Amino acid sequence: MTTLPAQLADIQEDFLALEQKDRLLLLLEFSNELPELPARFQEHPDLLERVVECQSPVFIFVEVDADSAFHLHATAPRESPTTRGFASILAQGLDGLSVEQVLAVPDDYPQSIGLSAAVSPLRLRGMSAMLGRAKRQLRERIAG
Amino acid sequence: MSAPFDTTEKFAAYAHPSKLVSTEWLAKHQGDAGLVIVESDEDVLLYEVGHIPGSVKIDWHTDLNDTVNRDYIDGAAFAALLSSKGIARDSTVVIYGDKSNWWAAYALWVFTLFGHDDVRLLDGGREKWLAEEREMTTDASSTTTTDYPVVERNDAPIRAFKDDVLAHFGKPLIDVRSPEEYSGARTTMPAYPEEGALRGGHIPSAVSVPWARAAASDSTFKPRSELDAIYRAEAGLTDGDDVIAYCRIGERSSHTWFVLTHLLGFEGVRNYDGSWTEWGNAVAVPISVGTDPGVAPAPRP
Repeated sequence: MTTLPAQLADIQEDFLALEQKDRLLLLLEFSNELPELPARFQEHPDLLERVVECQSPVFIFVEVDADSAFHLHATAPRESPTTRGFASILAQGLDGLSVEQVLAVPDDYPQSIGLSAAVSPLRLRGMSAMLGRAKRQLRERIAG
Repeated sequence: MSAPFDTTEKFAAYAHPSKLVSTEWLAKHQGDAGLVIVESDEDVLLYEVGHIPGSVKIDWHTDLNDTVNRDYIDGAAFAALLSSKGIARDSTVVIYGDKSNWWAAYALWVFTLFGHDDVRLLDGGREKWLAEEREMTTDASSTTTTDYPVVERNDAPIRAFKDDVLAHFGKPLIDVRSPEEYSGARTTMPAYPEEGALRGGHIPSAVSVPWARAAASDSTFKPRSELDAIYRAEAGLTDGDDVIAYCRIGERSSHTWFVLTHLLGFEGVRNYDGSWTEWGNAVAVPISVGTDPGVAPAPRP
């Protein structure tokens, strides 16, 4: 069994330590922390990939910087706080990891952080789709 | 104890004007004794971002669905839920939500399964309230726990199961999904999660009337005359029709159920909540593909 990178494990631990109701509030905190897109992406909406599995319009872009560190950029509307929260968890949880670490993140990570009951399994599928698309984009990036 | 009805002129033309309130009415009556405001959204966190002062949240996924069976909660769970939200059996409940009240209409439909008498929608929902820059808050609402009685669900009058649909052939069916889902080009709404159906298409003989056609651009319901033009003149419904509406999981068709029942006055309209996620996966049930409704098979008693 692969061990989760520390920051993803920390997020998981933080959620699981809370009562169901408070998990939702932590998700809201993540939602509020989703950074604005860097200016270079705001000027290039063509670079962003829409996550069509999500209920609301969310776009993601993955980047591997000069130090081989991974970054996930995402944007979603303010009226879609749940989707923003999912994107923010992944953006923070994956930030700075190596390509190998990101690709090794279990696909069921979204189901492992205790949100199924608070949010519903159906809604959580949006987060799985985001993770899946981020990994696929990354594979294309390193192959290309 | 029941709150006064909204006498807005637009509502007077509807079959059951008492089922709607305007934003003006709610702004005036919020805080009245016996009135509980409920927010019900697609996004489970939207209430936490800001809600009408004093309102409580009811989420379709996490509150109204049974966690094990694919079914709604039972009478005991509904009583516990409503008691915790400060709703009494004789409370006036006004429900509002995002997306033209789509989920709010769903919650209203579930309240109706339990026979809650006075439940209304806020015409225009969350969008209209916000567009008018009315007060919102993130403060928690203080509620006094009530003792809501345990009332068993009465599904038959307004809920259809798969067998009911099979027995219904020959009578009107309304498919409220997008044209792409109706034709079978796709099994999920554009831009929505794939919820899994093995076949694309529609129930034979169902007429396509996407739910959002009943909503105006400001999220309110269209006036009576426009709704009559859509559902009577165009879709061919006539008084006395026994209608079943469906969508993908029964949420969008609740909106249409509300329109047909409370705004246009059709009696005995049922919502088939199993909808396409059941029908499109069921073994040995007929479907039609393409834009033509197709012919109704013989009803299966």
